[in-house]
Amino acid sequence: MGWLAVWQRNFRVWKKLAGPSILGNLADPLLYMLGLGYGLGQFLGEVQGVPYLTFLAAGTLAYSVMNSATFETLYSAFSRMHVQKTWEAILNTPLTLNDVLMGEWLWAASKSLLSGVAILVVIWALGLYEDFALSLLLLPVILLTGLCFSGMGLMVNAKSPNYDFFLYYFTLVITPMILLAGVFYPTNALPAWLAVVADWLPLTHAIQLARPLVLGQLPEAAFWHGSVLLAYGVAGYAIGLRWTRRRLLR
Amino acid sequence: MSPLRLTGLTKRYAGTAVVDGLDLEIAPGRCHGLLGPNGAGKTTTLRLALGLIEADAGEIALLGHPMPCGAALARRKVGVVPQADSLDPDFSVRENLLTYGRYFGIPKAELERRIPALLEFAGLAGKAEALAPSLSGGMKRRLTLARALINDPRLLILDEPTTGLDPQARHLVWRGLRRLIAQGKTLLLTTHFMEEAERLCDRISIIDHGRIIAEGSPRGLIETHIEPHVVEVFGEGIAGLHNWADRHCDRWEQAGESLFCYTHDHLALTAELDRMGSPRYLHRPASLEDVFLKLTGRDLRD
Repeated sequence: MGWLAVWQRNFRVWKKLAGPSILGNLADPLLYMLGLGYGLGQFLGEVQGVPYLTFLAAGTLAYSVMNSATFETLYSAFSRMHVQKTWEAILNTPLTLNDVLMGEWLWAASKSLLSGVAILVVIWALGLYEDFALSLLLLPVILLTGLCFSGMGLMVNAKSPNYDFFLYYFTLVITPMILLAGVFYPTNALPAWLAVVADWLPLTHAIQLARPLVLGQLPEAAFWHGSVLLAYGVAGYAIGLRWTRRRLLR
Repeated sequence: MSPLRLTGLTKRYAGTAVVDGLDLEIAPGRCHGLLGPNGAGKTTTLRLALGLIEADAGEIALLGHPMPCGAALARRKVGVVPQADSLDPDFSVRENLLTYGRYFGIPKAELERRIPALLEFAGLAGKAEALAPSLSGGMKRRLTLARALINDPRLLILDEPTTGLDPQARHLVWRGLRRLIAQGKTLLLTTHFMEEAERLCDRISIIDHGRIIAEGSPRGLIETHIEPHVVEVFGEGIAGLHNWADRHCDRWEQAGESLFCYTHDHLALTAELDRMGSPRYLHRPASLEDVFLKLTGRDLRD
């Protein structure tokens, strides 16, 4: 349970800045969702049988969870590891590197859970859902998505020499993922070869769980999609732990 | 029981031994100094002792626990003051202590009870709510020291505790450390301030190229390794004094425009210098720094 003290440390810092943090997490995805949903939605009419804004809701939810988890494990965790030496200070106590990274992993997942819930509240408020009970199942999807991208983020963090390095990850991984995973349009609109690529992206799996739940259906192959998310998260965490050990404890 | 015993400790990086068969045993309730030039292996030795990195050979017993496997257990009763500032910039002085104490699993109520005395010890009683970045360098170091005491450690490990501090701040840290020694805590500190080692430590190990090259009390080291008096002769003409120095000094060294003459009979030497009437000179008793320079050389280490 050593990780809990690390989680609590981050929570205590977050509490001091909770207002701007929540606003920042909420405002950006919300502006995209409403701007594109209402604006572009005028021209598009219905997508997959629902208004464009409703279609966009699930994608926005998934990508805002992804963004929140990624920012926390890249920029914020890097500050703690490299700039503030917080991790080094913790490693002088009985806690281990596994405690530190587990605390960071679960913290980033918790923070992205909050981001996801904020979007979910907007979905509820605007009535963009079909079935309230099914929309509650979005909560575990948010959690899995958060764990997935937090784990991957820790892996990137471990290899980063400075903040600029993260731009590679955003430009080469995150942005293409947003465009290919079905946030803005259904993946069956992609050419076949790109659709194959999209099938490998974790965000695709998050959206394939989230979208049916918003639209009032049970997702197909839910177990498979959930497993892929978890696998990416656990693999990212395990590799991140290994690389961070090599970075700090040698 | 020795709070820390290192036997035949070896750590290699890319084939080069940074710590090379190092033996060290520190006595309980004492202050032990680890002295060495940059890159001598001091910090690596401390990291090995704490179980943060694995040795390639040798044995480590920290508070009786074999390392690194007993690390979590041993570190419960060890305090560490690292070289670099690692205070939490988002937290106040009090929150820094509280948060750090939680890493030891100490209940919050118990921490609240310990904090006032630690603030008092660190001379930060009026600063409890100040944010860490607003503190001066000396205050930050004292807070780091207080933070290392939150778990009431038996052994305190300090890596260059006064590097970068001005003399006032340094003296305040020394005063704190002396109080801890008086309370019976064991201290292990690395430093390259000879004065610091001389003032605080009962025992000193001089380390170079990953090995202990001399060990003893500050006075004992001076008596064993060096002549009791040093006469430093300055000036441009000193290169011509080599023959003279051979005759009148037990041992001498030239560094730049200074000639360091080591002698048992400083009166005869200074009388001789006075008779010659030419060079400027300074007589002083031999110090730990002379021992250090004799043993580790005058070459720059980067």
